[in-house]
Amino acid sequence: MKIKRTAIAALLGISGALSGFQCLDAAAETVIRSVPIGNLKVVDPIWTTAYITRNHAYMVWDTLFATDANNTIQPQMVDTWSTSEDGLVWTFTLRDGLLWHDETPVTAEDCVASLKRWSKKDGMGRSLAGFTKDIETVDGKTFKLTLTQPIGFVLDALGKIDSNVPFMMPKRLAETDPNEQIKEVIGSGPFRFVAEEWVPGSKVVYRKFEKYVPRSEPASLAAGGKVVHVDEVQSIYMPDAGVAMAAMASGQIDLMESPPTDLLPLLEQNPDVTVAANDPLGYQLFMVINHQQPPFDNVNARQALLWGNKQSDYMATIVGDPKRWNECPAVYGCGTGSESSAGSDALMGFDTAKSKDLLKKAGYDGRPITMLDPADNSTLHPAALVGAQSLRRMGLEVKVEAMDWSTLTQRRASKEPVDKGGWNIFITNATVAGIANPLIHTFSKNCDQAWYGWPCEPKIVELSREWALEADPKKARALVDQIQTLHMQNVTYIPLGQYRPAIAYRKEISGVIQSPSLFYWNLKKSN
Amino acid sequence: MVEYILRRLLATIPVLAVVAIVVFSILHLTPGDPAAMIAGDQGTEEQIQQIRQKLGFDRPIHEQFYVWLVNVSQGNLGVSIFSNKPVTELLAQRIEPTIALTVTTTIVTVFLALPLGVLAAWHAGSLIDRSVMSFAVLGFAFPVFVIGYILIYVFALKLSILPVQGYVSISEGFWPFLQHLILPSFALGMSFTALIARITRASVLEVLSQDHIRTAKAKGVPTAPLLCSHALKNAAVPIVTIIGVGIALLLSGVVVTESVFAIPGVGRLVVDAILSRDYPVIQGVLIVFALVYVLINLVIDVSYVFLDPRIRY
Repeated sequence: MKIKRTAIAALLGISGALSGFQCLDAAAETVIRSVPIGNLKVVDPIWTTAYITRNHAYMVWDTLFATDANNTIQPQMVDTWSTSEDGLVWTFTLRDGLLWHDETPVTAEDCVASLKRWSKKDGMGRSLAGFTKDIETVDGKTFKLTLTQPIGFVLDALGKIDSNVPFMMPKRLAETDPNEQIKEVIGSGPFRFVAEEWVPGSKVVYRKFEKYVPRSEPASLAAGGKVVHVDEVQSIYMPDAGVAMAAMASGQIDLMESPPTDLLPLLEQNPDVTVAANDPLGYQLFMVINHQQPPFDNVNARQALLWGNKQSDYMATIVGDPKRWNECPAVYGCGTGSESSAGSDALMGFDTAKSKDLLKKAGYDGRPITMLDPADNSTLHPAALVGAQSLRRMGLEVKVEAMDWSTLTQRRASKEPVDKGGWNIFITNATVAGIANPLIHTFSKNCDQAWYGWPCEPKIVELSREWALEADPKKARALVDQIQTLHMQNVTYIPLGQYRPAIAYRKEISGVIQSPSLFYWNLKKSN
Repeated sequence: MVEYILRRLLATIPVLAVVAIVVFSILHLTPGDPAAMIAGDQGTEEQIQQIRQKLGFDRPIHEQFYVWLVNVSQGNLGVSIFSNKPVTELLAQRIEPTIALTVTTTIVTVFLALPLGVLAAWHAGSLIDRSVMSFAVLGFAFPVFVIGYILIYVFALKLSILPVQGYVSISEGFWPFLQHLILPSFALGMSFTALIARITRASVLEVLSQDHIRTAKAKGVPTAPLLCSHALKNAAVPIVTIIGVGIALLLSGVVVTESVFAIPGVGRLVVDAILSRDYPVIQGVLIVFALVYVLINLVIDVSYVFLDPRIRY
């Protein structure tokens, strides 16, 4: 019995001592524990457009160019670049010291392969590929892009901040079929992905990449020096936001990337926590209309929706605090280079009587309107309920069909009539950075090529292409106004307001960069 | 006995086959598209179609089922569509927290519920009995997440003596491991304690009215041995049955607790997989759960022989 007791005591002692050593070890390192915007399921940022994967990718991979806080494209992995006089040949040279996480050098060949893979998936990449005659390496650090005609968006494409971001990968990964996921996570970014510590659905660990050479400029949005001040970032997914908030209050968590809006007042009361706007542009909430099914195959019925929806109803419900939202008539978002209010009288006018008249003119026969409601999404579910109420106010018969987001993503692809599994309306959102110009906007394509709802206005596509080729900013501006007007006349879709999510972090954290994707370089944690 | 166990083990094969067919059919009949989830909200129909082809979801259902069944019969549960990790690896990562939570909850529950149930039976109709039964009603009435929030508020936020969330493996130290399991175990064990306390009370009460107890009392057997050796032992079969079923339920039903306390267990793995339609993960986990259920039931049945010599197989 005595031996047994001694053994147990020894075991407990060893276990205590070991945990003590671990504490000492942990104290020597600076670790940021954060709650991400979602569950990282996919690690390949070219395979998916999911924002959580984009955020993860910014840790691991680097980009040739990047957008700075003034919305200007700046070099990142690129040291120098030049354009031929006719604007057809672009030559890029990589800067010195770039290494993959397996400590092999980054080469021009890797970048060419990465650009080729990206341009098969991304909308802007595909546009660029459409004007590309050839892309080839010149030497180990230089590659050349030859165009079929001069275009104004080469750098905008290479430096785009939103999904799919053209991240550079080693050639062996970049040669993966773009419709297959890469098999390993090796980048040249400021953090290494620790594959053996990844628990999908729970925890992702990133270690500082000691051999990363940051640029000398100060960090500015996605551009500038990516200087890492911490040893490790642990991204801990917590499905229960209330518990995440409690964990932050107790100091177990340093940062919440996207605290729910209803918890913000509570977080703001905590003196140890800072609540700040994160993405200065934020998100656009929007109503997607099925243009192929009655009654919204009729433009008058769609115009009725434009007059009958009030942005403030949606924003007040899903966001609340007026500091964090604004009404915005611009298809390409407010605060962007392509902001426009052209043709938005109906959108901003809110007149239910007009709406009812237009529905009568459209011959609306009282058939139920099927609205898809993703009940598992804390933002889009209340928005769908407000939408249903707004539609009823216009005199429409509404049938709200609750489902999970996964079901909605399948259902929205149906072009069938409503009684055969189709739909009329759903509400979703997109980052403003991701829709900020005619080329990258969700509704930049037409008819059967278009995003869900399949709006058909060929002129929008023509003008968008003209905008992409236009080098004169004034003319480009005029084109944006024309496109915006066409969107409003045709009611491609309905912008329902712009809101800015918040970020919450403990007082020990500083150096947060305001961005659509939270960056962990520049962040400092005091002990 | 050995023959009985072998027979029961063989019987698991048709059970698993039925589970496989039902799970596969339900999953593929349920709306939702993993390819659309992978492509993301901005993914185009063309991209979704391409992903679907690569994943083999454009093939006929019976063909998909056949491929899966052949793989499962060889011990290959497949690879997660999203994380690209083998389902067995995902299960291995997640099984420790779930088993740890189940074991600690069972220990907490049994140590609380058995004495409470016996006490209530011994003092049937008294204030003690009513108090125990009131506790049982409350245990059933409070949802796990409410109990979880209350425990977090009191012990983690106000008293700062236990962590709010998370899981620490036993390999990282016994005390940190235990520290992270105390609150979840109590939260999860509340309704289970209530259930076992009620069953124990009812079973012991029935035994207490039997002749051999009266005889033992008449012979002057003291209260403690009377209750433990004579009453509880004879009331053990229904109690063990409910504990066994409870363990099986705990293994699969810890989803809410795992979510509230951010414990990376199997429950959360399967819920996340369902939400994203990660078919190989859902199918693999459910097959393993079915197997665990069958085995736990077998263990319970075998244990009857030791608890009640009158039972023979």
